[in-house]
Amino acid sequence: MSKYTEEQLEQELKTQEYKYGFYTDIESETFAKGLNEDVVRAISKKKNEPQWMTDWRLDAFRVWEKMEEPEWANVHYEKPKFQDIAYYSAPKEKPKLNSLDEVDPELLDTFKRLGISLDEQKKLANVAVDIVIDSVSVATTFKKTLGEKGIIFMPISEAIQEHPELVRKYLGTIVPTTDNFYAALNSAVFSDGSFCYIPKGVRCPMELSTYFRINEGGTGQFERTLVVADKGSYVSYLEGCTAPSRDENQLHAAVVELVAMDDAEIKYSTVQNWYPGNKEGKGGVYNFVTKRGLCENNAKISWTQVETGSAVTWKYPSCILKGNNSVGEFYSIAVTNNYQQADTGTKMIHLGKNTKSTIISKGISAGKSQNSYRGLVQIGARAENARNFSQCDSLLMGNLCGAHTFPYIEVKNKTAQVEHEATTSKIGEEQLFYCNQRGIDTEKAIALIVNGFSKDVLNKLPMEFAVEAQKLLEISLEGSVG
Amino acid sequence: MELKDKLVSSYVAFENRVETDSEVHEIRSKALQNFEALGFPTKKLEAWKYTSLSSVLKQDYSLFPNKENNIQLADVKKYFIHDIDAYKLVFIDGKYSSFLSETTHDTFDVCLMSAALVKPKYKAVIENYFDKIATKDNLTSLNTAFASEGAYIHIPKNIEVEKPIQIINLTTGSEAATLLQPRNLIVVEQNAHVQIIERHQSLTSNPVLTNSVTEVFAAKDATVDIYKIQNDDESASLVDNSYIEQKSNSVVSVHTFSFGGNITRNNLNFYQRGEHIDSILKGITIIEGKQHVDHHTLVHHIGPNCESHQDYKGIFDERSTGVFNGKVVVEKEAQKTNAYQKNNNVLVSDKATINAKPQLEIFADDVKCSHGCTIGQLDDDALFYMQQRGIPKKEGKALLMYAFANTVLESVKIPEVKQRITKLIAKKLGVDIGFDL
Repeated sequence: MSKYTEEQLEQELKTQEYKYGFYTDIESETFAKGLNEDVVRAISKKKNEPQWMTDWRLDAFRVWEKMEEPEWANVHYEKPKFQDIAYYSAPKEKPKLNSLDEVDPELLDTFKRLGISLDEQKKLANVAVDIVIDSVSVATTFKKTLGEKGIIFMPISEAIQEHPELVRKYLGTIVPTTDNFYAALNSAVFSDGSFCYIPKGVRCPMELSTYFRINEGGTGQFERTLVVADKGSYVSYLEGCTAPSRDENQLHAAVVELVAMDDAEIKYSTVQNWYPGNKEGKGGVYNFVTKRGLCENNAKISWTQVETGSAVTWKYPSCILKGNNSVGEFYSIAVTNNYQQADTGTKMIHLGKNTKSTIISKGISAGKSQNSYRGLVQIGARAENARNFSQCDSLLMGNLCGAHTFPYIEVKNKTAQVEHEATTSKIGEEQLFYCNQRGIDTEKAIALIVNGFSKDVLNKLPMEFAVEAQKLLEISLEGSVG
Repeated sequence: MELKDKLVSSYVAFENRVETDSEVHEIRSKALQNFEALGFPTKKLEAWKYTSLSSVLKQDYSLFPNKENNIQLADVKKYFIHDIDAYKLVFIDGKYSSFLSETTHDTFDVCLMSAALVKPKYKAVIENYFDKIATKDNLTSLNTAFASEGAYIHIPKNIEVEKPIQIINLTTGSEAATLLQPRNLIVVEQNAHVQIIERHQSLTSNPVLTNSVTEVFAAKDATVDIYKIQNDDESASLVDNSYIEQKSNSVVSVHTFSFGGNITRNNLNFYQRGEHIDSILKGITIIEGKQHVDHHTLVHHIGPNCESHQDYKGIFDERSTGVFNGKVVVEKEAQKTNAYQKNNNVLVSDKATINAKPQLEIFADDVKCSHGCTIGQLDDDALFYMQQRGIPKKEGKALLMYAFANTVLESVKIPEVKQRITKLIAKKLGVDIGFDL
């Protein structure tokens, strides 16, 4: 029988290296470091933006200047030096490409190494992909198929040019520029991201996907995603991210806004695998993200996230359940290893009648990492018959890591039903023994148990993505997941 | 003048009344500096996010009530658990009332803090225990700065105190508004056992603010049961800070019954220094009107193989607000910890609010920790079932609420206390529960 023990697993976890840490030598154009109004103007100009957009950015910048970095999160890190970051970096402008064959072979090679092929496989998998490298969108696939249905799926910079009325109507309505420090920063300097609009009653025939990659050193990534699902429509949106291994801490401050109108449904899945830093805790991406969705009547927003990367994560995908009968869901797996720190969770703001929300959060901490769940469930005075169920489970491996839960529950309506439960445990000796008795060796048993622990969330991912997510879990906890 | 400034400037007057040439006074002076730097808590502090004291702090409190007030036993008898024999420590407007009290020095000490702080006989205990576990936060510092009177209880090794000890703080309200700061010290030595009942009662409709600090030390194998009855007048506010340190194999339980008062804040802190310790925190809160009750608990698991059990039930009517902030910290040395936390709430009215924040911070891997928090309503089907069988709606509701709170009541070890609480609940719910438990 295999003598594989938890100690060995821990050992393996400690020595596990990041697989996406390569750097692609693509010629790129990067602004000088530093941030001031001129840089904001320059970004706006670079993007050929209309005046209203420039003003909007400048407003955000002026607000940002007066704000202070938040310190309430349960994470400790060296503050990024905001004047030491290049706020714009893009693969060097080439003539507009008509087909993928014309794409820089280096770039295509990058995608191959990331495990994304832009052609055959994706056609089979039926996923439309928008790829953002260093905050600039480089390729969008399946535009034509989507166009036939009236679906708009394009880089947000193009959307500002081609559909300014739509962008202007919704941009910043869910996450205002003044929302928080990083949202304000993002509003001022974001260079690209994805924009998606699903017209009335349309069910998007394929998964939409954005792949983010930070490539250049000394830069930050600031992308902005806006998804608008018009009445009665449906869309499933996927997001994945990687970055090269670097000794410096790179900043990623994104904003995602979702608008689900009456009877619409948005499913937003993230597999976050930014470079987590090496095993001494050096380097890694700071992931400070603001994600929020608004539900009108009968609408539904579902956030699913698999968080395995980043040195520091600070992320709370939220749902504002404004409409009656609207539904919010949050499914999360957060894995931290070595010196990673994650403070993640959700906010469910119940305003409408008969609103429902479900929160399932699974945290796995190993090494010397700290993993926190922070959530808010708020039931407004007029939210009759609101219903919430929250479950936060933590799994600890070794006694050098920590698991924390900070749930906030605020109820102002007597018809509300709110349930919250949390557990913390390790992989039980009995569970392992039971498996061993039945001829399953310890390594497989641990894999089985971890997999079972995260299953509630993995099940919620779209099929194509579930495979990728499971692979990521393998990478983060290799040797334990089968 | 702001209350803070008033307090700080009154310190000189306070110094004229107490022994200043002592170590205790050094602790006091340091605490005053600390309070001066921190000031009163505001909603900006995470720990006070849901409870604002600003309305209470506006009052012009008299700090050292001077008048002697004689109260007839008959007038206040109802506030005692009078149907059992008990030691009593009664304070009127912060002053010890020898007439109403019953103390002892026989084999153990049940007496006054004011005496313990100055008499050489108690010096060793005071040096070892006074202000040792109380945190240096704002309100506790304020209490420490003016610490002069309260209960002093010291139970030596292997003694089982045969009858409970009642600590009762009465306020007569002869002054316009009264600020009281009782300071209690309870030291229970190895294998000793004691039961304590604590109550704050205002006899006036003038505003009262009590900022109480109690330190409890439970040595190896000791057993301590504390019952806090909070059923005060609507003009009385209470901040009750309790700090409890436990050594190996000790069992300490604290039951808090909150039915009255204006703003009630319970800061209940347990520190487990040893192995095989059991800490029990239970509470029933039934409030209405504009009342506000905030339970802020901390269980700090420092040693291995320990347990903690928390169970708080709340029923909130009219415009009342309930807050539950429970924190369990498990250090990495505290392997094999079992920590359970439960908080169930029922909202009866549309205007009532509940804010809950059950919090876990865990650094050890071989632990079983869980918390559960629910907010809901009474079961309509159960109510209908009872109505079908001839139980009027009001009584049916009361029965359901009583059943809801009963898991907490069951663990009360003194029958007379249980009976008293049952009666208080029945009164609170406006019914006559026709059975005694």
